[in-house]
Amino acid sequence: MSTTALIVPTGTWQLDPVHSSVGFEVAYLSGTFKGQFREFDGSLVVDGDRATLEGSAKVASVDVKDENLSAHLQSPDFFDAEQHPVIRFAATDISLEGEDVSVDGELTIKGVTQPAIVTGTVSAPVTDPYGRERIGLRLTTTLDRTAFGVSWNTPLPTGEQALANDVSVVTELYFVKAA
Amino acid sequence: MRVLAIPGSLRNDSYNAKLLYNAARLFPEHTVLDLWGGLKDVPPYDEDDDGVNAPAAVTELREAIAAADAVLIATPEYNHSIPGQLKNAFDWISRPIATNPMRNKPVAVIGASTGAFGGVWSQAELRKVMGALGARVLDVELALPHAHDHFDEQGSLADAGYLAQLHEVVNEIVAAVARRAEVTERVAV
Repeated sequence: MSTTALIVPTGTWQLDPVHSSVGFEVAYLSGTFKGQFREFDGSLVVDGDRATLEGSAKVASVDVKDENLSAHLQSPDFFDAEQHPVIRFAATDISLEGEDVSVDGELTIKGVTQPAIVTGTVSAPVTDPYGRERIGLRLTTTLDRTAFGVSWNTPLPTGEQALANDVSVVTELYFVKAA
Repeated sequence: MRVLAIPGSLRNDSYNAKLLYNAARLFPEHTVLDLWGGLKDVPPYDEDDDGVNAPAAVTELREAIAAADAVLIATPEYNHSIPGQLKNAFDWISRPIATNPMRNKPVAVIGASTGAFGGVWSQAELRKVMGALGARVLDVELALPHAHDHFDEQGSLADAGYLAQLHEVVNEIVAAVARRAEVTERVAV
């Protein structure tokens, strides 16, 4: 981890899944469709100026407001949860510039691994009422879903496609420092 | 391995049924291939008639799909699209969409027609329908044109090129079933 103002203390930081969220947004028809994954995990290990960040989300936990849509998202048309049950991200390089974070990493969706650059902010550490040290990471990236083989679409009467290829991934990650 | 084969044509002496008979000979030993001939008994889809008292032919097809490791459909093409009776049967099967028996099921779509293009549009549309059901649509093709010229008196497909394509379809079905079995074993561990 290269830094100009290191604000993340050394240690192992575990994801607090209750307060964290891993969501996605994609242009669909006349608006932006949003969904999230209910089950995910992650860890951040900081050792001086070095850090590793890893995370995963369970495809079967995709959370949308209709069970039929959820079933379609889990099917081979989209994520293919049966063959590829987990989405993974692993950082290869993390840069801090004040509160700004930039993470180079590898994202694996549907069995396809692609490089991804994830950017966002990190909050200064706070101590919660139970004496545990916490930091927050808000990280986002935009990816081309078709690069991962998530290629479903359907044409509109105008000939345009109903669903955009670019998908924004928006994560709010609460980390708690391990004792 | 158990494969459910469905011809999309109802008539006796159907070229698509013949195509499936030829496919049956290419599967590995010990494969059980069930040719489902109940399409004509499936009534028009009506949500009011579905549920515990669903028509017998619909229940039979649902159970046959659930029991199969893979589905192979040979469809003709009517007016550039899927024959109504075949689409209708899968409209029944699709309900409820989240738990229908085609979900994750490997399915290959092939077809024969007397026209010059072998029913490519019908097959493309049927693959789209299978995707909507959540099936594992295999990336294989066999569109047999001028079907009336390709079968001998015993119903055997004579053309070596089309036979080779049919063999590729069969091989991909076998491979897809094996891939699913690997996942199932991994989950079980």
